[in-house]
Amino acid sequence: MSPAATITTGDSAAAAPMISTLADKPLGRCRIGLFVPCYMDAFEPAAGIATLELLERLGLDVTYPFDQTCCGQPMVNSGCHKEAAGTQALLVREFAEFDYIVVPSGSCTHQIRCHMTAIEQTPQVAHVRARVYDLVEFLHDVMKVDAFPWARFDHKVSYHDNCNAMRGLFHTAMSELNQPYFSKPRDLLAKVAGLELVHIARPDECCGFGGTFCVFEPAVSVKMGHDKVDDHVQAKADYVVSADSSCLLHQKGCADQVGAPLKFLHIAQVLNGDAA
Amino acid sequence: MTEIPLRGVPHADRLLHPELAGGQDESARAEDGARLSHGEGNSQPLQPRRDEPQPRGAKAHGSRPINHDEAAARFIDAPEHEKMHDARLWDLRSKRDGQAHAIPEWETLRELASQIKGHTLANLADYLEQFEAAAMANGVHVHWAADGAEHNRIVLGLLRDHGARSLIKSKSMLTEETGMREFLGENGIELIETDLGERIQQLDHEAPSHIVVPAVHKLRSDVSQVFERTLGAEPGNDDVHYLARTQREATRPLILDADAGLTGANFAVAETGAFVVCTNEGNADLSANVPPLHIASIGIEKLIPRVEHLGVFIRMLSRSALGSPITQYTSYFHRPRGGGEMHIVLVDNGRSTRLGMEEFWTSLKCIRCGACMNTCPVYRRSGGLSYGAVYSGPIGLILDPTFDKRKYSHLPFASTLNGSCTNVCPVKINIHEQIYGWRKVLAEEHQIGVGKQGLMMGAGAFLAQPLAYRAGMVAADGALKVLPEFVVANPLNPWTARGRDMPEAPRQTFHSWYKANRGKGEPS
Repeated sequence: MSPAATITTGDSAAAAPMISTLADKPLGRCRIGLFVPCYMDAFEPAAGIATLELLERLGLDVTYPFDQTCCGQPMVNSGCHKEAAGTQALLVREFAEFDYIVVPSGSCTHQIRCHMTAIEQTPQVAHVRARVYDLVEFLHDVMKVDAFPWARFDHKVSYHDNCNAMRGLFHTAMSELNQPYFSKPRDLLAKVAGLELVHIARPDECCGFGGTFCVFEPAVSVKMGHDKVDDHVQAKADYVVSADSSCLLHQKGCADQVGAPLKFLHIAQVLNGDAA
Repeated sequence: MTEIPLRGVPHADRLLHPELAGGQDESARAEDGARLSHGEGNSQPLQPRRDEPQPRGAKAHGSRPINHDEAAARFIDAPEHEKMHDARLWDLRSKRDGQAHAIPEWETLRELASQIKGHTLANLADYLEQFEAAAMANGVHVHWAADGAEHNRIVLGLLRDHGARSLIKSKSMLTEETGMREFLGENGIELIETDLGERIQQLDHEAPSHIVVPAVHKLRSDVSQVFERTLGAEPGNDDVHYLARTQREATRPLILDADAGLTGANFAVAETGAFVVCTNEGNADLSANVPPLHIASIGIEKLIPRVEHLGVFIRMLSRSALGSPITQYTSYFHRPRGGGEMHIVLVDNGRSTRLGMEEFWTSLKCIRCGACMNTCPVYRRSGGLSYGAVYSGPIGLILDPTFDKRKYSHLPFASTLNGSCTNVCPVKINIHEQIYGWRKVLAEEHQIGVGKQGLMMGAGAFLAQPLAYRAGMVAADGALKVLPEFVVANPLNPWTARGRDMPEAPRQTFHSWYKANRGKGEPS
């Protein structure tokens, strides 16, 4: 099954991505390429640094290819696939040599795995699409990390599921479906000493970032952001943690407007034990 | 015994079952003794804090693209309306979840329903012929309409043949597609909507905002004003029971005196030539059974092969729509009543073209439950009328462009692509993926707007050139100037336009940090 085959079914649960691990090659000998999303590079470099340090702490050989820019999602989500071809080709050129590509973003991972179709599907493209993992998936499913002894976080945390991470990568069970509950990111956070998870009223309601949606539909986007912030506040969260900085930037922008007492962190920073 | 709402109404004795009239009913009652409707029985009553004028829908300018954001902004600027709308529809979504989680085989039912519809659509011509033959054998007249105009002409012809001047009608999104209400009005036919929500919308000269709950965007105070203006209701009385009774008293005589009735259909069964209509108000049964002429307008995608398949769909329709196990009335129409006539109009109106669209044909599986609208965070905050189209919400985003690519070219962008719509769809239409697919089609056909396309072309070119990109990023405030270009380079800078602060760019990007701290012989 090619990654492209995962995007045309009406059942997102049936579209479960291929989790392919290199059974014959120990992780310690694998070459890991780190993709840092463009907005994280610019606005949340600390999350990128935490991701790198965390992977290195876990004994991996991590490289950050220098000419990387973006996954192409802004263009593709606007329907402009042709316009994204150059960006996608650059990404493949930068990452085709790695055993795994790790991305601290569910949304960008979903883009690369399921929607990188503007360029010819060469073996290199297929390799990149099959070997790309979001950080949570990588820690939970590939590395199966069972402890973060260096991390401690004495705060109430509301975890925000990015929609692509949840409904595209299946980070967390979806409330609409009749399926058993699971949550990979919450499993990971539960291994951090002192951390208390709080629960919001509408856990899998979109926060309204939506990529270019936040530009082309500002009224609804901002309203959704304020509603989401309010939900976190009602749940008495100190921190909002997510695997996607994009949602957090949007929610932080809304929270700051109303002076909501919330702080926002990428999950990599919590798992890496960054001082909070 | 609660008050019989029809006291004093002409023909009231013909309208109530003897057991009800005699106070013998044993239906469920609330603590105060009032009889529970299924909606009231498990919904939270919502009380707006103050009156507020109802925001109106999107502004239409011929075939120019509908501006959803503009209408959505006005809806959000009416906070009482937005809040009630969001809360009411979220309540429906929550009740739907409760139903779905209470049935162990729910996901199997969805898969079955999807496959039955897929099979039927793949063999649609055969099933339509089978349906026609069976219906004719039942003594039903069957007509075929290629488009909305032909449908309207057929209905008008039938009414004229029977000397009918008034038509009572139950809910039908198909007749919204064909513009039948206006057409018949222009031709001297009085049309009376019998669904309460539709009647409210008709009296207010507004289109339905939702395919199941057509007036859900209105507060009770809005309805009170409409009824005061059109039915002579008491000014300022917005008690829902009073409003419902007022409407009923005004409309029932029109129903009883109507010359003809028209219904839609939720399902049409090929093997029997029969069709099923589901309502909660029993109004389709009035439309079908009171006048001597019953016309049913049925889209050709409503077919299912066999009666046994109804068991799959009936179990899911109302659960998905309203979170109730079944509609109050599920009526199965086989043949005309003695002395009456039954006519079925099978309507294409673009459906066979849609069936030929490789990426979008499964949208024809839709059973019009509205679950995707109830769950959609954009729909809940913008109201159905903000879409300026017959179909709103997620299903509208993928149906409307098939009617007019230019006018509805911006609608597929009124989505965050969050995917909740796909997960609640009882026939498993991949709605959010089709929204994504429509964006591509519209961009390829240059229908998304020059500004947006230009912005994306610029961003695409820039992001494909690492040297130019990095050069832009190292300048002071470079990130804010060049990245994310699609966010901050927009001339209107909507990021900060409405209640959202701009992120602060740190002094050092990850890239420059890495270069300084880990640069293992990298060239730049």
